Amino acid sequence: MSYRAAFDAEEAAEIISELKHLEGPLLPILNEFQTRFGFVGEEAVRLVSAALNLSRAEVYGVVSFYHDYHKEPRGRHVLKVCRAEACQSRGGDAVADAAERALGIRFGETTPDGQVTLEAVYCLGLCAVGPNAMVDHQRVVARLTPEKVDALATEVRL
Amino acid sequence: MSLIHETDYGTPRSKSEKEVTLTIDGFEVSVPEGTSIMRAAMDAGIQVPKLCATDMLDSFGSCRVCVVEIEGRNGTPASCTTPVAAGMKVSTQTERLKKIRKGVMELYISDHPLDCLTCAANGDCELQDVAGAVGLREVRYGYEGRNHLGKPKDQSNPYFQFDPSKCIVCSRCVRACNEVQGTFALTIAGRGFDAIVSAGLETDNFLSSECVSCGACVQACPTATLEEKSVIAIGTPEHSVVTTCAYCGVGCSFKAEMRGEELVRMVPYKDGKANRGHSCVKGRFALGYATHKDRILKPMIRETYKDPWQEVSWEDALAFSAAKIKSIQERYGREAMGAISSSRCTNEEVYLVQKLVRAGFGNNNIDTCARVCHSPTGYGLKTTFGTSAGTQDFDSVEDSDVILVIGANPTDGHPVFGSRMKKRLREGAKLIVIDPRRIDLVRTPHVEAEYHLPLKPGTNVAMLTALAHVIVTEGLMNETFIRERCDWDEFQDWAAFVAQEERSPEAVAEITGVPAELVRKAARLYATGGNAAIYYGLGVTEHSQGSTSVIAIANLAMVTGNIGRRGVGVNPLRGQNNVQGSCDMGSFPHELPGYRHISDDATRSIYEDLWGVTISSEPGLRIPNMFDAAMEGTFKGLYCQGEDILQSDPDTKHVSAGLASLELLIVHDLFLNETANYANVFLPGSTFLEKNGTFTNAERRINRVRKVMSPRNGYEDWQVTQMLAQAIGLDMNYSGPSAIMDEIAATTPSFAGVNYAMLDEKGSVQWPCNEAHPDGSPIMHTAGFVRGKGKFVVTEYVATDERTGPRFPLLLTTGRILSQYNVGAQTRRTDNVVWHAEDVLEIHPHDAEQRGIRPGDWVRLDSRSGSTSLKAKVTDRVAPGVVYTTFHHPTTQANVITTDYSDWATNCPEYKVTAVQISPSNGPTDWQEGYRELSNESRRIMPAEAAE
Repeated sequence: MSYRAAFDAEEAAEIISELKHLEGPLLPILNEFQTRFGFVGEEAVRLVSAALNLSRAEVYGVVSFYHDYHKEPRGRHVLKVCRAEACQSRGGDAVADAAERALGIRFGETTPDGQVTLEAVYCLGLCAVGPNAMVDHQRVVARLTPEKVDALATEVRL
Repeated sequence: MSLIHETDYGTPRSKSEKEVTLTIDGFEVSVPEGTSIMRAAMDAGIQVPKLCATDMLDSFGSCRVCVVEIEGRNGTPASCTTPVAAGMKVSTQTERLKKIRKGVMELYISDHPLDCLTCAANGDCELQDVAGAVGLREVRYGYEGRNHLGKPKDQSNPYFQFDPSKCIVCSRCVRACNEVQGTFALTIAGRGFDAIVSAGLETDNFLSSECVSCGACVQACPTATLEEKSVIAIGTPEHSVVTTCAYCGVGCSFKAEMRGEELVRMVPYKDGKANRGHSCVKGRFALGYATHKDRILKPMIRETYKDPWQEVSWEDALAFSAAKIKSIQERYGREAMGAISSSRCTNEEVYLVQKLVRAGFGNNNIDTCARVCHSPTGYGLKTTFGTSAGTQDFDSVEDSDVILVIGANPTDGHPVFGSRMKKRLREGAKLIVIDPRRIDLVRTPHVEAEYHLPLKPGTNVAMLTALAHVIVTEGLMNETFIRERCDWDEFQDWAAFVAQEERSPEAVAEITGVPAELVRKAARLYATGGNAAIYYGLGVTEHSQGSTSVIAIANLAMVTGNIGRRGVGVNPLRGQNNVQGSCDMGSFPHELPGYRHISDDATRSIYEDLWGVTISSEPGLRIPNMFDAAMEGTFKGLYCQGEDILQSDPDTKHVSAGLASLELLIVHDLFLNETANYANVFLPGSTFLEKNGTFTNAERRINRVRKVMSPRNGYEDWQVTQMLAQAIGLDMNYSGPSAIMDEIAATTPSFAGVNYAMLDEKGSVQWPCNEAHPDGSPIMHTAGFVRGKGKFVVTEYVATDERTGPRFPLLLTTGRILSQYNVGAQTRRTDNVVWHAEDVLEIHPHDAEQRGIRPGDWVRLDSRSGSTSLKAKVTDRVAPGVVYTTFHHPTTQANVITTDYSDWATNCPEYKVTAVQISPSNGPTDWQEGYRELSNESRRIMPAEAAE
């Protein structure tokens, strides 16, 4: 799954008018923003708060509460490497270091070409086959080694 | 004197009438059902430690310090969120609870700077108190872990700072902003350890956020996280005095918290019955003018207004004035002198000024600035109901189901009442707004008007009569009420009049510019939506048909039976702190105190006997007539107390010409205001902090004003008036404001029961207060109208003579803004200027584009009366064809533009409608430049020494 990583006020207004009638429309609207634009920035917060007659502080409070709403555009792909205890005990630290090295960025950052964002995740529920990672919210990769991470990084960057 | 500590019960009072009895720590307590255990405990004098609870806010249950044990129940519930139940046995202090509380406090303190000794809140910190109460002696977690100590402070607000390093994230500030103020400007951003109080977005600070600086968050903060900068600079106060705010007509009660004679801060008083513990940016913070360097503290005189000022002693200034007054009256007759009193001054001061005129000058040339704001209210409500005042108290709004706001902007003009109204609207009351401009109330977070009727300025009467048409023709009236309370014959005449087809919403849609269907829906809602209350302001009164509009409003209330109980009524929102009072005190040329006509022999004789003089039975000059008479040469001397008529009255050029032709103009004020540019005597005034007296607010509530510091000019204002009276030979010798009030009470039936001892005991009282109403009258006309039968009066719409045409195609209407007050004499001399440094012209994008005007451009504003220039703000808040500005700044002088048209009954000027043209401009007009020169020239002062 990829997104445009650009905010479109017109499209945002359409999303709002489509979902505004729902009971508790704020989260569905924010979810749709995140899905379509890849982030929920300040412009989006202003737009939603005006449309729903909320203060911008209230909407910002919600947006900042959930880690999965991003305030800036992220990479076209997201690589989430598990940093939880079980993976750590199976060599997860080395895998994490290798991921940072291979992509040339730190956790939470995006490659300068906008291709990949590297994030930590805390348990994917596959502890027996760790260290694990997940690509773009859907594909899980198990039994990682630093070498496999290099290959994975190259693949994701393409 | 000591510092007043108000009891904090932790959670709001329950309104239930059913009592519940329980036992707390072995004591039996009976409280209303729905009360929290915390509040019940406090009622019994048992204080449960708490951090996130305060009785101004609903309970929240986040701090976990207020836990208790309840016999037969598991766990340790929070006492703030657990309601009492009959027979409940509660323990607030057990070993288990002590351990929990201590543990929680250890966690809080492990991430808190240990700088109590140098902290501004030292001694006034609830975190500190609770640490003491739970016996915190050590913090097992140490202080080395992750913490928030390095977080930067937000100093952007001029009056308070936000220091997140001291924040315990109890959410009290956020909830105060939501629940009390209703602005929703704050939030908790992030989660867990990263949770932080945030004003607006991440890139916002307090100043750029939606915050209106009301101070509710600062008041709610249990630590030094949100702290007044004045407390940081001066230190904590050592004593406090309860007094009344001198800004708008809400009349908020404040504790003036002092350090010696230095004001540390103003804190809203929870026992204040008008504000119930809330405040706005003006009353709470905008006090800097009292010590501003512009204040004039020594009397000054000069032969003519073209000479430089000469500082002199009080004796010389008064002797100079008295000699001039005498000479003027000898040469031009008794009628050549007059005075204007101020709605900014106390009842007692205003009473003295009218006495000075009636007994000293020997005429009735006394008028007040209420002439230019709410005189139509006095006329209209007296005619229909029998009393020149609003019918409700502010608490009444809590029972309203429908609120109709017309020609008022409560969130800017009367912010504390605006917040109380918004609270009721969030609870589900329906709102109708009739206003040419989309005021904030039309749509603001969690409040949205059911109907906004954006009528053309000047068409109120057509609109109000159309609403009546719908109510009458659709059979929505309350016949029982009308038959019982009103004159049935007059009602029938009126009903036949409004029912005519030409008054239907369809017929007047062309005039008002509002679609008929919208008007019909609004009328139905008002008539059938339950308790319906009307709130109105100067957008109703300041028109050529101001009095007619007030009558039309009264008609609506009567025809639907919305009078005489809580939740309904007709409520004028008074502009200034003491508009109601100054009118009550006989400030009009035709009325003695208590609205008794000057031609009434019995009333006149009361004062004639008391004062030992003969009072003229002829009404004197109204303000506009004074200027006319001055131009004609028959009116020569004016004593003007606490009002800047040059800036506030319409048609500035006419006013200035009138003032310039006087031989004597005594200005009694805090500052060399614009009027003083034409004065030859200046008597320095005292602020509300420097004197004793009373103000009467919009709900007829008489509130005490208490002196908290010595007058910097040497005398309280009532003393200055008394000295002037003595200088012209009048025997005036009051020992103080209390004695003046005693005279008012002794001579005015509606005030008969009022005295200072009683006000000190009760806090405040709403007139009428006399034998029939010993405790005052929160709601009027409960058993019947004061005048007997309610009077329906026919309200024929007559268009104003001020009309748009090819030369002046737009309609200008004026108003005010939250941070500034009236002509800005006070607020412009405070940090409030960060919010509104200059007046701007609001213009619709359509009209702006036609004229090639972009946002921020200088534009020239021309009317038949004059021209001025200011910067444009392009916005769709105003409709096409309408432009809007405020009148707070003398450099703009919006009143150069306004005309001399006025209300047919009371001469209240038609500020709200002026036909204008707008064009691009390069800067100030010739008038503005010329006036600035004159005003600089006129403000030269020669110190007393240099003159010798």
